[in-house]
Amino acid sequence: MDMQELVAPFSRLLQDICSPAAVREVERGESQAAMWQAFEDSGFLDALVDEEAGGAGLSLAEAAPLIALLGYNAVPLPVGDTMIARALFARKGDQMPQGPIVLAGGATFTPFARVARHVLAGSPEDPILVGSHESCPPAPSLRPLAAVLRALLISGAADRVMELTTAFANERSQFGKPIGKQQAVQQQLAILAEQAVAARIAAGIGARGGLYPQAAIAAIAKHGASCAAVRISAIAHAVHGAIGISEEFDLQLLTRRLHEWRLADGSESYWAGVLGAARTSAGPMASADFIRFAQGAAAEKQVGAVS
Amino acid sequence: MRVFEDLVLSSLPAEDEALRPEIRALIADTISQLPTDVRARSWQGFDAAFSRKLGRAGFVGLSLPKEYGGAGRGPFTRFVIVEELLSAGAPVAGHWIADRQSGPLILHFGTEEQRQFYLPRIASGEALFCIGMSEPGSGSDLASVRTRAEPQDDSGWLLNGQKIWTTNALHSDYMIALVRTSGSSTDRQQGLSQVIVDLKLPGVSVRPIVDLTGDAHFAEVFFEDVRLAPDALVGEEGQGWRQVTAELAFERSGPERIYSSVVLLDAWTRHVEEQARKDEATVRLLGGLTARLAVLREMSLAVTARLAAGESPVVEASLMKDLGTSFEQDVPELVGDDLASHPDEPIAAELHRALLYVTQIAPSFSLRGGTREILRGIIARGLGLR
Ligand SMILES: Cc1cc2nc3c(=O)[nH]c(=O)nc-3n(C[C@H](O)[C@H](O)[C@H](O)COP(=O)(O)OP(=O)(O)OC[C@H]3O[C@@H](n4cnc5c(N)ncnc54)[C@H](O)[C@@H]3O)c2cc1C
Repeated sequence: MDMQELVAPFSRLLQDICSPAAVREVERGESQAAMWQAFEDSGFLDALVDEEAGGAGLSLAEAAPLIALLGYNAVPLPVGDTMIARALFARKGDQMPQGPIVLAGGATFTPFARVARHVLAGSPEDPILVGSHESCPPAPSLRPLAAVLRALLISGAADRVMELTTAFANERSQFGKPIGKQQAVQQQLAILAEQAVAARIAAGIGARGGLYPQAAIAAIAKHGASCAAVRISAIAHAVHGAIGISEEFDLQLLTRRLHEWRLADGSESYWAGVLGAARTSAGPMASADFIRFAQGAAAEKQVGAVS
Repeated sequence: MRVFEDLVLSSLPAEDEALRPEIRALIADTISQLPTDVRARSWQGFDAAFSRKLGRAGFVGLSLPKEYGGAGRGPFTRFVIVEELLSAGAPVAGHWIADRQSGPLILHFGTEEQRQFYLPRIASGEALFCIGMSEPGSGSDLASVRTRAEPQDDSGWLLNGQKIWTTNALHSDYMIALVRTSGSSTDRQQGLSQVIVDLKLPGVSVRPIVDLTGDAHFAEVFFEDVRLAPDALVGEEGQGWRQVTAELAFERSGPERIYSSVVLLDAWTRHVEEQARKDEATVRLLGGLTARLAVLREMSLAVTARLAAGESPVVEASLMKDLGTSFEQDVPELVGDDLASHPDEPIAAELHRALLYVTQIAPSFSLRGGTREILRGIIARGLGLR
């Protein structure tokens, strides 16, 4: 399938229904029903559902650009979460649940919990739904998948922040020229670009792991995206000066999410610990070998043994 | 719109992955006796015999076409070979520059005669090249080079000037030099050309420069009335800048920009395993460095895919090099902090020496091949800011 055929209409849909004004309304607690209905009607919620079960049958890697667009547009509802939850239920052969669902990979820092109808618990192989107001035990086996989702959302928001910040640097003049002509600012924006690309590549590694990602793959994805989220947010605000701090300026819709998604489902240190543990238990292996091994390359005789 | 949208996940073709056992066996043969601190010098490790052995086994100039002695394979093949060599800490300096830059440059811009003469020698590991770009007055500002090649009546060239920081000039057969062939340094990018200088020609002298680790890998090279034949010119007269830019995309994009400290990282990893250190700080440090390397490797593969598609990903290569060298520099900092924060733990002398070596040489990672600030300037231009 030509992904462009899906990405362009999805992008238009998001621009229509998730304008910054609409995002703020939902955040203020006004009704989300219209926005949610538009997602239901679009059919995109079933993008990851297998074709036999009536979905579009995309793999997580194929759907990655769609999920990134949710981050790019600061969508205030758990659309990516719901896409994943529906796919998991369809695979299990269960009735498709209605309404917004969130994946909760931890006991706190669950994004979109306030606007969800259900919380997904259990495991990717055996998902169960809990009412959003019931107390929900953390579901560690869902955490890798949830972390990959957050990494994808971060990568999309990072792209938008990059775009807003370069545009701002080209418009805002001080000392008689656009601040983007100042070398100090250019150097900061170069780092921002590097981090945005790193977040995207990291998230892509995660998405390649599919709906049942190994912990090591999720760790690479979420560690990379979370590290990037922190730096991207800091640089974007520094370049924007005071205006970036104001509520009415759109930057904060994105940078708030960058921080929120960084904290959700395990931060960079948490995932560094997971990957370190995986590496330790894999036995002595050169870094390059472990990286290939963790991503599924056949374990081969390793180079590191020459010491 | 996504930033640098073309940088997307890619994967190594199976036929390239399949090369690993063979190259591993060859490497193991060579380096199993080398101590860690010698292996940590990989990039700088010069061993002409090893380079020739690699060449004979068909592992140099793999991406050159078969009719010129190459294997007719692509940048992905080189990725696998480089990854194996650096991961093991093999001495690559001998053939390194010819394999990565000079070969592709001659292939793209050289005449048919030049290709037939140089490329088979490069592929067999016989012709070793160095890069003559920097001069005492021209480091970051390459367009200001003053070394001149004056056209002569017999249509040859008369070369005068000086190059500096030329890695491996002492051991190389040829230098590809960026020189001024017309105009003056105020003409900037206009009037620059690339010439191949046989370093045995009369008038060429090479003086080693000792670096802060006590090694002497780079050198000053002086040209006094050196007579170059007409066919010393690579590519077109006056097109040197365009050619150098393309060459720098090769220089900056490879996996060598993420693996400079990997021997130290791996030696430290073995050390903590041997010590059975499983505390949270150690495990996180190990995991964090591994996770960063995994993303960088994927990014380097993404840039390699652009090269494989026949593009010249100058901006993307800069982006990846800057991130990669930052990681390479963080390794000795973090590993050093870790080891020294366990003062009661004995460490092997080799690991200790490797740490000191990499710590001292680490600043060079973000200098060689273009400094961090210059690369970020290139990225900023790519973002439309300049
Ligand atoms: C180990 C090693 C091997 C090398 N091998 C080779 C080789 O084989 N062949 C070769 O030709 N060269 C080689 N070099 C030289 C290398 O390419 C140069 O060191 C590099 O391009 C920087 O030039 P410079 O050292 O003259 O520093 P300078 O250009 O003097 O720069 C000094 C500092 O000023 C900054 N700076 C300069 N201009 C600007 C600007 N416009 N904006 C912002 N900051 C700026 C730089 O980023 C740097 O931090 C090697 C260098 C090293 C360290």
